[in-house]
Amino acid sequence: MNLRLLYLARLREALGTGSESLDVPAEVVDVASLLAHLRERGGIWKDELSSGRAFRVAVNQDMAREGTALQAGDEVAIFPPVTGG
Amino acid sequence: MLRILVQEQDFSLGEEVARLHRGKPQVGAVVAFVGLVRDLSDQAAVSGMFLEHYPGMTEKSLAGIAREAQTRWAILGGVIIHRIGALKPEDQIVLVAVSSGHRGDAFAACSFIMDYLKTQAPFWKRESTSQGPRWVEARAADEEAAGRWQEAPQSPGGTTGPLRHSGS
Repeated sequence: MNLRLLYLARLREALGTGSESLDVPAEVVDVASLLAHLRERGGIWKDELSSGRAFRVAVNQDMAREGTALQAGDEVAIFPPVTGG
Repeated sequence: MLRILVQEQDFSLGEEVARLHRGKPQVGAVVAFVGLVRDLSDQAAVSGMFLEHYPGMTEKSLAGIAREAQTRWAILGGVIIHRIGALKPEDQIVLVAVSSGHRGDAFAACSFIMDYLKTQAPFWKRESTSQGPRWVEARAADEEAAGRWQEAPQSPGGTTGPLRHSGS
């Protein structure tokens, strides 16, 4: 399954990339398993996406939870808590 | 029904308020909020800021918040304008204005929209300060302000709420 991943604001700078197209293994079925997959990259990925850090995930431009299911072609954005207004 | 604009350009409070009631004699109240760039943040002098957003999600998120406000209060019209890009102290950042027959609905809806915008709409501020550039951190007080509206569904637009981690 292929996903389009976006990293925004401070996370884009910390991770050193703003977007990627990623083929994920079969065990990636929802947001939680995608995050676990990304943490396996180690280093800054494991650090920034650890459960103790504050970040948000949106799937196809809607706020998501860890249990939100993923489908091929989904756009998954990972970003810090918002600070507009 | 609410106009939603995400733009670099400034806006005119007077023009936007007039647009909400001109030729609409059923409007008895307009409540407007304008957010501004301050020159001080966490004890550091701020010389400017850059507002980043998530194109595609931003408008969708604001439309969802506006829809939710319309289901809760008797709103006749409204506008949400949020600026992006480079801003400096004293600049206007955001306008939320709501019209209604009586003031109660407009006050409540305006406050609700701002509280949800602060915690749900994908904007991020990067400040230039006397101590160097830095990303503004989310404030717990903003989450609490949004939380006070939550006797109904947590997130506007019928979607799920934000992903929460213990460190937030």
